[in-house]
Amino acid sequence: MARYVVNRLVQAIMLLVIVSAIGFAILHLAPGGPLSQFAASAQMTQEDLDRVTRQLGLDRPLPVQYLDWFGRMVRGDWGRSYRDGEAVLSVISSHLGATLELMATATIIAVLLGCWIGVLGALRRYSLFDTLATVGAMIALSIPTFWFGLVTIYVFSVKLGWLPAGNRQTVGDGSFLDLLHHLIAPALVLALVETAMWGRFMRSSMLEVINQDYIRTARAKGMPEWRILSVHALRNALLPMITVAGLQFPTLLGGALVAETVFTWPGMGRLFLDSIGYRDYPVVMGILMFSATMVLIGSLLADILYAVVDPRIRVG
Amino acid sequence: MADDTGRFGVGAVHLGIPSRRQFFQLGAGAAAGWSLAGNAFAQSERPTNPPDKPRGQVVAALSQEPTVFHPLMPGIEVDQGVWWQVFSLLWFIDPAGNFVPDLAREVPTIENGGLSADGLTWKIKLRSDVKWHDGTPFTAEDVKFSLELINNPDFRARSRVGHSLVKDIKVVAPDEIHWRMEAPYSPYMSILGSLTFIVPKHILGKVSDPNASPFHNAPVGTGPFRWGERVPGDHILLNAHAGYHGKGPYVERVVFKYIPDLTVLYTQFRTGQVDYTGLQGILPNFVQEAKTLKGRKVVVSSTSSVEHIAPNLEFGPFADRAVREALYLAINKQAIIDALYYGLPTQTESFVPQQAWSFQQGLPQHKYDPAKANALLDAAGWVRGTSGVREKGGVKLEFANSTTSGSAVREQTQQLLIQDWRAIGAAMRVNNMPAAVIWGDFWQQSKFNSVIVGVNFMLGSDPDVTPRFGSGAIPAKGGRGYNTYQYQSAEADRLLADGAKQFEIAQRKTTYGDLQKLIRNDLAILPLFQGFIAEGVKEGLQGFRPNINTSINCWNIREWYWA
Repeated sequence: MARYVVNRLVQAIMLLVIVSAIGFAILHLAPGGPLSQFAASAQMTQEDLDRVTRQLGLDRPLPVQYLDWFGRMVRGDWGRSYRDGEAVLSVISSHLGATLELMATATIIAVLLGCWIGVLGALRRYSLFDTLATVGAMIALSIPTFWFGLVTIYVFSVKLGWLPAGNRQTVGDGSFLDLLHHLIAPALVLALVETAMWGRFMRSSMLEVINQDYIRTARAKGMPEWRILSVHALRNALLPMITVAGLQFPTLLGGALVAETVFTWPGMGRLFLDSIGYRDYPVVMGILMFSATMVLIGSLLADILYAVVDPRIRVG
Repeated sequence: MADDTGRFGVGAVHLGIPSRRQFFQLGAGAAAGWSLAGNAFAQSERPTNPPDKPRGQVVAALSQEPTVFHPLMPGIEVDQGVWWQVFSLLWFIDPAGNFVPDLAREVPTIENGGLSADGLTWKIKLRSDVKWHDGTPFTAEDVKFSLELINNPDFRARSRVGHSLVKDIKVVAPDEIHWRMEAPYSPYMSILGSLTFIVPKHILGKVSDPNASPFHNAPVGTGPFRWGERVPGDHILLNAHAGYHGKGPYVERVVFKYIPDLTVLYTQFRTGQVDYTGLQGILPNFVQEAKTLKGRKVVVSSTSSVEHIAPNLEFGPFADRAVREALYLAINKQAIIDALYYGLPTQTESFVPQQAWSFQQGLPQHKYDPAKANALLDAAGWVRGTSGVREKGGVKLEFANSTTSGSAVREQTQQLLIQDWRAIGAAMRVNNMPAAVIWGDFWQQSKFNSVIVGVNFMLGSDPDVTPRFGSGAIPAKGGRGYNTYQYQSAEADRLLADGAKQFEIAQRKTTYGDLQKLIRNDLAILPLFQGFIAEGVKEGLQGFRPNINTSINCWNIREWYWA
């Protein structure tokens, strides 16, 4: 097992190096730069822009810039944002809480609701509920998150006035109830797609399990149905979901990016989008490395957990 | 309007109208011709009974996030929204175009002895009752430090235009500072009065790296509001500065709320979560609806930005003036304004805003005349080919037009232009790019064929456009400036050189008037309309005054209060 974990760790580190090199190259080779936003300023001249470019070290050859950045990164110095001069790690951490709050809430909603819909759909295969759940999931997966977010705001904020039209909290309030009030709409919007995915995966997994011989045997032995489902079927059906959970991070992050924009949620997704727009290289690279690390950790944990519960994986 | 800023003392009243002779008297009222569409609104909304003590808060929504809080470093308009509240200038330019003393006791003129007759010696008398937010007294040392910091080679200063001419700065007394200019440069008055905010020596003089210090994220100024907190990606909170040297502030807090999506921004204004929609305001397609909202007001005001088609004059067909004129004649400008901008902006023929003292009246008016355009091209030897596209000497009249991708109204404008120009045998194709791409080397190094862009050509309120139209300001040819059009004219260079060292308003008006005629005649740019902004203000919020001389209309939140 230890050898398996070490192997996977080495692979993950190599992947991170590759991601950093490719990410850095793509970002810097893309046209434009961090100073282009000042081009419309009546006061800044080309000479000023050239001077600031030199001061930021952006006139050096790309490999030199990469090696400099990489060397500092492995020593824990992720650089400073070009926009506000803050340390990149500090910039990321200041946005991380909001995103985790949103993603965690959406995940809890999605897992609970999705698993329930999936299990019930599998048990009542081709029933009205199953059909509605299937159609609902297809619709949920097809609806653009941006559009759904705007509709949610229109209905629940503009028309009904039940929920705030965005933001994480009322400035100067910050009570738990206020936070919760602001969290409802973006979390539900983000959870929509996740719920559909969890529901579909759970349904398939459950169907596979309840058709197994050991379930039939348990029924033949006269075991109560609730016990068959909760102890034998559900536990085994949840096993593949470990992988699903591990690989959900990138999807969730992508959804959060849109939800954060629509609901003016001050999270990582929006920070990423803003930083790309401004060509804030240090922050974009920081988020890229952070996200890649999270995805790899998620995947690694899923693999290890799977290997723990299913020894065949380790052998394979 | 002068008495509206009367809290700054008699100077504001006396400087309202420029006298006849000297430019620097004009300097005090350089843009005396400024007036605003929004002023009528502002007049009716002027504070009548502001509270004795600051009360309540204002939530101002911005579509971009302010991130640069050191006011002398490179920043964009939204950053200026914060600078105006936290810092002070020696003097500022009010909506009527007057230079109003702020940290200075009076605006220097030749008559009051603040300026020498040749414009080379400046003597500034300062207020002695001003304190920094941390309680330290403001002195002439702070002014000296600020000007020297801008010229510090290690400091990432925004711009040194004008400042680089300043030599021999002497602190004569805690409330008086003198300096000498290397050469007379009349626009410097406007540069000092627009974005040269004064920063504290007692804090920044001690930092080892002038480009990174705690000050950069918790600035200390002499402005009406103190730094409160910043939640990155969300908001900035400023608190009223009780010891502010001017009148106000009248609200306890200002919250700058960052809302990147303009539809969401408008929705939050509609639902009452924000009190004011700042940059970029309300989208034109929402303006009519916004005007019907209860408890909300919409103010449409002009900006200094001129929306235009920028031709690259070194690119094949555009080098021919006849082509530029034909293209200009074939644009149905009014259709663009009416159909796409809901009739909100007004046509213009100049790079100078129509409200400016330097605006040249009577420039040739654009007329939509495709028949004349066709005749012009025929006469110039541009012959229609089999595909319907004209050509001359092997050069086809086809070109790309670029603008920021995602800018919906500009993209629609391009569709109308394609149709208009196809009718005269010109083929335009669209080549749009994200903002970070198009305004980089593509724009700065003149790699475009043509671009739709809005540019504020003014230096504060000064019409000196040397960086935009001077022959030595072409970056693609190693020049220092923003002449991305690659416009070269000996006559324009002469006028620009004259204007920058002239002192009399009449002379300057003539010089810059001639320059506008020349640029219009040469069609160095194809102007579409003068920029505008539609901003929403919650009813009951008093004191909002659009100011065409600033890049952001929330410049004076110190005057705002809740009725």
